[in-house]
Amino acid sequence: MSALELLLQQLINAVSIGSLYALMAIGLAMVFGILRLINFAHGDLIMVGSYVALLVMMLGLPFAVAAVAGLAASTLAGLAMERVAYRPLRGAHEIAMLLTSFSVTIFLENLAIILFRPTSRPFPAPSVLRSVIILGKLQVAGLDLIAIAVAALLLVALTVFVRSTNVGIAMRAASQDLLAARLMGINVNRVVAAAFAIGSLLAGVVGLLWSARVGKVDPLMGFNPVLKAFVASVIGGLGSLPGAVLGAYVLGGLEILLQGLLPSTLTPYRDAFVFTALIALLLLRPNGILGGTEREKI
Amino acid sequence: MLKLEAVEVAYGHIVALTGVSLRVLDGELVALLGANGAGKSTTLMSISGIVRPRGGTLEYNGADLSRASPLDIVGLGVIQCPEGRRIFGGLTVLENLRMGAIRRRDAGAVRRDLDWVLSLFPVLGQRRHQSGATLSGGEQQMLAMARALMGSPRLLLLDEPSLGLAPIVVQAIFQVIGELHRRGVTILLVEQNVRQALAVADRGYVLATGRVILEGSGARLLSHPELEQAYLSAAPGDRR
Repeated sequence: MSALELLLQQLINAVSIGSLYALMAIGLAMVFGILRLINFAHGDLIMVGSYVALLVMMLGLPFAVAAVAGLAASTLAGLAMERVAYRPLRGAHEIAMLLTSFSVTIFLENLAIILFRPTSRPFPAPSVLRSVIILGKLQVAGLDLIAIAVAALLLVALTVFVRSTNVGIAMRAASQDLLAARLMGINVNRVVAAAFAIGSLLAGVVGLLWSARVGKVDPLMGFNPVLKAFVASVIGGLGSLPGAVLGAYVLGGLEILLQGLLPSTLTPYRDAFVFTALIALLLLRPNGILGGTEREKI
Repeated sequence: MLKLEAVEVAYGHIVALTGVSLRVLDGELVALLGANGAGKSTTLMSISGIVRPRGGTLEYNGADLSRASPLDIVGLGVIQCPEGRRIFGGLTVLENLRMGAIRRRDAGAVRRDLDWVLSLFPVLGQRRHQSGATLSGGEQQMLAMARALMGSPRLLLLDEPSLGLAPIVVQAIFQVIGELHRRGVTILLVEQNVRQALAVADRGYVLATGRVILEGSGARLLSHPELEQAYLSAAPGDRR
């Protein structure tokens, strides 16, 4: 394999993993932008969607049906989370909201452990998702290409949504000035619910792609993705949607780059190097790449 | 008619309003005056449903505002243009104006109002695709007022529209306030710029330490010795 081909191969890997992080980070960023809430339970929506999809497949229904059911389950779980756990805390201190998100995580993960046992279960993705495409000397996993295409499609759809629909523009308005949004008659509850619904749907998509990629599901599977998505949104600038996407691709690139460059004895410590780079970035740009100066929120 | 009766507001242990009573009749332009911290903005925020009074009554055309949500209050046509402009800096001028009209369903009327506010503030038409953050302070104030007008207010609450602006811009803002008044928009105007406010207002109230200490016509208030003493002398920068 030539150097160019190796580069291309790694680039595809980086964009693919970055796409998954981006879909996760958007959900975190949307909610943080409006409520200043870092919703760590966002990762568990991946788990909810994947398990529901798995259960539907175990009933003998086709993958497409299972996928739709999984996405619906993630979305409904996200909406329920907002309504039950976060709406009563509206206006509360950020720390109270953060602690609540940890409680929701602990609740959902333990519920899954009780319902489905703590061990992992195989996730039987259809063969088309497990195919390998040979392009010249490149071997590309079909799933990587699907992840990239799905993310690109969803990012375009999301951009159209936040730029041209009333709810989308209201979402941006509410994230810039919640008080002014209320004074203009923007229905903040509806905007927040929309942010949770969209973010949760995207988490459901990530769940399907992730489970198909690793071939299994387990009750704690949401932890690593949400951590990565959080790092991605911090890199890009917390609360900024373009920042979250940019940060996700930067993080994906950094991981793949280190995977390729580090000697094999050090690759198990790859994340330590990733987080070192994050600390360095935050020392130079405390608000992330696209984060502006700190604004006062009332 | 807007009617406030003995409205009390406290932020924790800090009492902001100790009993504010005032009335604004339909079509009136009423000035609400007072030094910093007198409770002017708190009064407006309680009318808009953002802060909840712990006592007294707030009514607009018979509707109890103390129980209504900010959303419902906007629905009644009571719209506030807040202090400090608070435009959406990351949104374009047109998007800001669209947000002002977000609860309205009649697209034709919204379009006519858009043409109207752009004729009141022609500079906003030139900047329609610019983001709010790139506008000058005066243009941002105009955008804030235009955005509030896009909500088709029956009662417009204006909080310090002239604060921190160049005299020529203040002149333009007050011209528009006069124009709105002539068109029959009911206005409750909070201002530190006493003389200019009383020049356009039908009546005025003066707040000090959370209650109304004076009320009356513009001329009566301007000549009242207590106004000079309690208020103008406290804010020498506002003497004109």
